Amino acid sequence: MSAALFRRPWLRAGLLLSGPTAWFVLIYLGALFLLFLSALWSVDSFSGKIVHSWTFANFETLFKVSAYRTIALRTVGIAAAVTVTDILLAVPFAFFAARIASRRLQAALFVAVLIPLWSSYLVRVFAWRLILAKDGILNWFVGNVGLGSLNIGYSNWAMWIVFSYIWLPFMILPVWAAIERVPDSFIEASADLGARGWRSFRLVLLPLILPGILAGSIFTFSLTLGDFITPTLVGGAGSTFIGNVVYQEVGISNNVPFAAAFATVPLVIMGIYLLIARRLGAFEAL
Amino acid sequence: MVSSSGTSVAVPSPRPSTAERAAEGPAVRLNEVRKVYGDVVAVDRLSLEVVAGEFFTMLGPSGSGKTTTLRVIAGFELPDSGTVELHGSDVTRSPPYERPVNTVFQDYALFPHMNVLDNVAYGLRVKGIGKRERRQRASEALEMVRLPGVEGRRPIQLSGGQRQRVALARAIVNRPRVLLLDEPLGALDLKLRQAMQLELKSIQRELSERITFVYVTHDQDAALTMSDRIAVFSDGRLEQVGTPGEIYESPVNEFVAGFVGTSNLIQRDGRCYTVRPEKIRLLGEAEADSADAAGIVREVAYLGSVTRYVVELESGETLVVVRQNLDMSASSAMQQRGRRVRLAWREEDESELDINKQEERNP
Repeated sequence: MSAALFRRPWLRAGLLLSGPTAWFVLIYLGALFLLFLSALWSVDSFSGKIVHSWTFANFETLFKVSAYRTIALRTVGIAAAVTVTDILLAVPFAFFAARIASRRLQAALFVAVLIPLWSSYLVRVFAWRLILAKDGILNWFVGNVGLGSLNIGYSNWAMWIVFSYIWLPFMILPVWAAIERVPDSFIEASADLGARGWRSFRLVLLPLILPGILAGSIFTFSLTLGDFITPTLVGGAGSTFIGNVVYQEVGISNNVPFAAAFATVPLVIMGIYLLIARRLGAFEAL
Repeated sequence: MVSSSGTSVAVPSPRPSTAERAAEGPAVRLNEVRKVYGDVVAVDRLSLEVVAGEFFTMLGPSGSGKTTTLRVIAGFELPDSGTVELHGSDVTRSPPYERPVNTVFQDYALFPHMNVLDNVAYGLRVKGIGKRERRQRASEALEMVRLPGVEGRRPIQLSGGQRQRVALARAIVNRPRVLLLDEPLGALDLKLRQAMQLELKSIQRELSERITFVYVTHDQDAALTMSDRIAVFSDGRLEQVGTPGEIYESPVNEFVAGFVGTSNLIQRDGRCYTVRPEKIRLLGEAEADSADAAGIVREVAYLGSVTRYVVELESGETLVVVRQNLDMSASSAMQQRGRRVRLAWREEDESELDINKQEERNP
């Protein structure tokens, strides 16, 4: 038996992968396929039953009704803003952690990045709700400094801050790993050849850590794109996300086909995002 | 340093005359440089001078401070005390990008996301030199290191020896006053390493009008092959500085004698001498000659062109003798084991060692 496996490496690989492959095809691709399929169905407005005939009506509604367009743009806009914010926060932090900090400080920073992930997502969002509320810690602090009061609770600003905070570890970790992989001698060689810090960063370090930044941005972008809890808890009246609409259509209106149609929007956006990233050469250094 | 017509590497822009160079002082001058990591003293109040245009080798075992010294010259490490001068100007606190030196790294440090041309032209690019001139000078530098025509390849597509040449081209294209080489041949196999040593030496000869080479290695063969002068390092200090001949023939102490070549120590009248193995003649027991010592051959190692004999003297000391296999076959060499022999050498081949220095350092 094992001798037969030894002579046929492809058989070994096949056996090894059979479980994951089955899971991937059935659960993941199957579900995705069903999602697309059901997006093309409709709901009988009278009986509330699903009509299994093909129609693009759901997608037409999405494009024609301006409220849905606004929601989609808001979702993508905030996801992009969160991604950019997290990149700007994570790169200097990861650079310090990977290249400047001592061994012990490195370990401490690593734990500090991970600890928030051990506590519940809900608890952390609620904590931010308290911080950002009108009589919360933020306004108490701002008031004591003498800047009056900031009214950013229950707004898109609040969502931007909370999302940026919640997904930051998912940006820091891949960027950290990417920076750590760049040998010291590359940066030294760049300085030795006459480049100051900023040029070394732009010409040598940045291209080499771009795959890490991209990996992180896939997390921050797609996690924000699919979220509906943070908008519910810290968002305001004009903070509905695609996820909230999907939740309402499934849970309240019972219109699964329309929910499926709206749920494909983030998927398509992610697909476009990855294509652009590939165009920019982000995968070349992999 | 950019001239309109003289863009060739071989025909450089205005070079300082000999008189000017003499006035500028040595290419590198280290004065009482000290560098400590935690409680390890990597370099301990080290002073040395490198003459402009020479091939200067810093030789020593790992941890002897030679690489730290090189990094202090390059500007990657700031010394805790002491000064660094390059051609007469104090650069002790200058960052690497402001120093007229370039480095060839041990791991080459070629940028993997750039092709060979962009790697070699990198230094010119960050200095703001135009694309056409960059291209031309990079190609000329690649010709200089005998590796033309690979401009479009990525470093990963090159062999180890080719990468080493690209790293060299990337450094010399900037026309540095001092070129620092951090054990650049260490990763190559023996044959290639020996060939590259000779080539590096001939490149240095072509460039010696403008560039001073400072080479770091633990490989005594490389040091003897290429250097004009060698500095032997141990425990963060200089043991001896001299030409290869001086270092090999007149080592000042036991460390130098042992690190460069094989040391044969002989104690006599409270003094310590060394004699190189190839300077000792191996004589039969009955041969009438003014022999210096008698003993028994304990070990024989046949090495092809030479044979190495380990002889235990009657006084209890052990000497290594190397003899060319002029009319000695492998089998007759092996038969020498266990024979009684007499050893003879010329008095001028004895080199007295400074034993006090060792004692002073290890109280």
